[in-house]
Amino acid sequence: MAEKGKNGTPMLDELEKGPWPSFVSEIKRTAEKSEQCGALLRLLERSYEEKIGHWKHGGIVGVMGYGGGVIGRYNDLQEEFPEIAHFHTLRVNMPSGWFYTSDALRTICDIWERHGSGLTNMHGSTGDIILLGTTTDELEPTFAELTQAGFDLGGSGSDMRTPSCCVGPARCEWACYDTLHLTNDLTHHFQDELHRPAFPYKFKVKCAGCPNDCVASIARADMSIIGTWRDQIKIDQAEVKAAEDAGLNIQRDVCNNCPTKCIEWDGTELKIDDENCVKCMHCINTMPKALSPGDDRGATILLGAKAPIVEGALLSSVLIPFIKIEPPYDEIKDLIERIWDFWGEHGKNRERVGEFMQRVGLGNFLEQIEVEPVPEMIAHPRENPYVFYEEYFEEEEEEVEA
Amino acid sequence: MATERLTDIGPPNYEKFLPPIIKANYGKWKYHEILRPGVMVHTGESGDKLFTVRAASPRLMGVGRIRDFADLADKYCDGHLRFTSRNNVEFLITDESNIDPLIKDLEELGHPVGGIGNAISNIVHTQGWVHCHSAATDASGVVKAVMDDLCGYFTGMEVPGKLRIALACCLNMCGAVHCSDIAILGIHRRPPKIQHDNLNKICEIPNVVASCPTAAIRPATVDGKTSVEIDEELCMFCANCFTVCPSLPMADALNDGVSIWVGGKVSNARSEPTFSKLAIPFLPNNPPRWPEVTDAVRNLVEVWVKNARKYERMGEFIDRIGWPRFFKMTGIEFEKEHIDDFKYAGLSYKRSAQLRQ
Repeated sequence: MAEKGKNGTPMLDELEKGPWPSFVSEIKRTAEKSEQCGALLRLLERSYEEKIGHWKHGGIVGVMGYGGGVIGRYNDLQEEFPEIAHFHTLRVNMPSGWFYTSDALRTICDIWERHGSGLTNMHGSTGDIILLGTTTDELEPTFAELTQAGFDLGGSGSDMRTPSCCVGPARCEWACYDTLHLTNDLTHHFQDELHRPAFPYKFKVKCAGCPNDCVASIARADMSIIGTWRDQIKIDQAEVKAAEDAGLNIQRDVCNNCPTKCIEWDGTELKIDDENCVKCMHCINTMPKALSPGDDRGATILLGAKAPIVEGALLSSVLIPFIKIEPPYDEIKDLIERIWDFWGEHGKNRERVGEFMQRVGLGNFLEQIEVEPVPEMIAHPRENPYVFYEEYFEEEEEEVEA
Repeated sequence: MATERLTDIGPPNYEKFLPPIIKANYGKWKYHEILRPGVMVHTGESGDKLFTVRAASPRLMGVGRIRDFADLADKYCDGHLRFTSRNNVEFLITDESNIDPLIKDLEELGHPVGGIGNAISNIVHTQGWVHCHSAATDASGVVKAVMDDLCGYFTGMEVPGKLRIALACCLNMCGAVHCSDIAILGIHRRPPKIQHDNLNKICEIPNVVASCPTAAIRPATVDGKTSVEIDEELCMFCANCFTVCPSLPMADALNDGVSIWVGGKVSNARSEPTFSKLAIPFLPNNPPRWPEVTDAVRNLVEVWVKNARKYERMGEFIDRIGWPRFFKMTGIEFEKEHIDDFKYAGLSYKRSAQLRQ
């Protein structure tokens, strides 16, 4: 076994230098207690030398009764690196907003040190706590200890992936709904869909409290729930003046950047034409003490974002322009289930809902999920004249008898 | 006695991890102020003040480091901390006098404080060679090299606006880099090497054929074994076939590398969310420090810092100056690969005579 980096990993050792925290130092420190981490270092050094990865496709591994939550991982140099012949990942569903107590973190660390490599990602791309690297035998015991401690696995494969959210009303004045509560509620409500893959492909949900979208929901979630409001931006004129006195050039920095030019400043009073405001957040972002979202708050629901695989990347597009977000969230749950029903029935294998929506056409999709088309859903009406009318009139062949 | 096997309990309720000041001011925060790099304060309608100190993390952390964070949280924040959507760690402080000693301890542990406001925040990234089967480059190593170079932009607030960098080690984009100010994307450039020996044992041939977005894969019999053949001219190296079939490996040390994309964003502030666009088609994998990549990213950052207006994101800046000037200012050579040739490619052609001659 390689000693702690000594001459064993010269390339990786380079990455212990510099001001940014080093993942190599993390693996080395963890290797003091874990043979697996020592082997991982040597395997990674090999990848650095050869410029190629040494991990194989995952096999089907998991915990009893679940189809998701574990990513099988095996290296392709098993004889040289038997310690990490299996090196599976567990995805553990994080608490909404990624809040922890020190005790909760220590509990996870203790479990993971007993049963796995001791390496983690805080957090994975979808938001889960990632426990990086253990053997097949350790999966069930890890799961048992995690659940006893109050944690459960997250999603993987063709299931509902672990929903995630921004910090929301816990620490943000701009949250237009309770992102943490909705995320937690949806996650608990759809446990079966999260643990047992039964969809054409993955389905991600992300809850952002305002259009700043700190969880990148519009790019990274099949369903993006983005907070917004429909009444007037609240203005504290004295604080507007104070912002200007503090050096903000309100005309240049705020008004000129407004996408609909709906904001005016005459040096003493800030006026907003709220009917033309598109809730972009720029003016509020620049003057948090002076401006805040209105009181009639809710969310816009958008659908369909995904990365390029298979048919190209998509951003989510508007499905519901405005909806009040209030427990028990029946309207949202019902909408999600209608989408899943139609997509589950007609979606192709590995076809995300955004691609499906484009294949069948947004108009047809809306009909099937029983949502009325509205102009907020489109950037502009169609430019091409090839319209698929479904019915046409025929001349009646015989006069109907009187 | 065996304990009952629990399943489907879901995540722990976040409420039990919230500090008392958050419970008291939940949904009732009035405004926030950024006090200095990496430090902000939220003031509630009640007048309560909650201070946040944000520090960098490498995302890949051992239990030892997480326990260090837990110890700091006990020492300064009654045990309360959180992580951000960009993998930073945040300490939640009620006693303002704890801020300086906490920052000192964090810096001694090697965790720079910053990433709030007009700064370059942490790089969202994927697993790379550390733990992924489809990586075309490493993730953590490239990120470490780039952030070592840009660390001053994380710990300062001297840049025009926000700049979000993300890295994905292949086109699957677990890091969803496709809407970032600067995206670093691992790419393959050689068609799959077909393993005819075992393909029909491991893979479902109809699934493999159906997986190809350009219909380049056909069933074939090779040396008496059912397998597939690939029209290499149609391959655009997406690796979707490899995802459904391990017998079609894509990784290739001579041809894999990194591409650089610019101008995407997810926020709705000012301009609408938009995809990143290709800036540099290919840079080589050059571990351990990927100097070609760090130089390219630094160049992009510096052109933006020097020329963008206040609040202008990378994409907004490029929209204002136009792509021809972007290529001129950055010294990046414009090549055939910059022009889209997949679905809807025509929408990206310049369809007007409005040009800066």
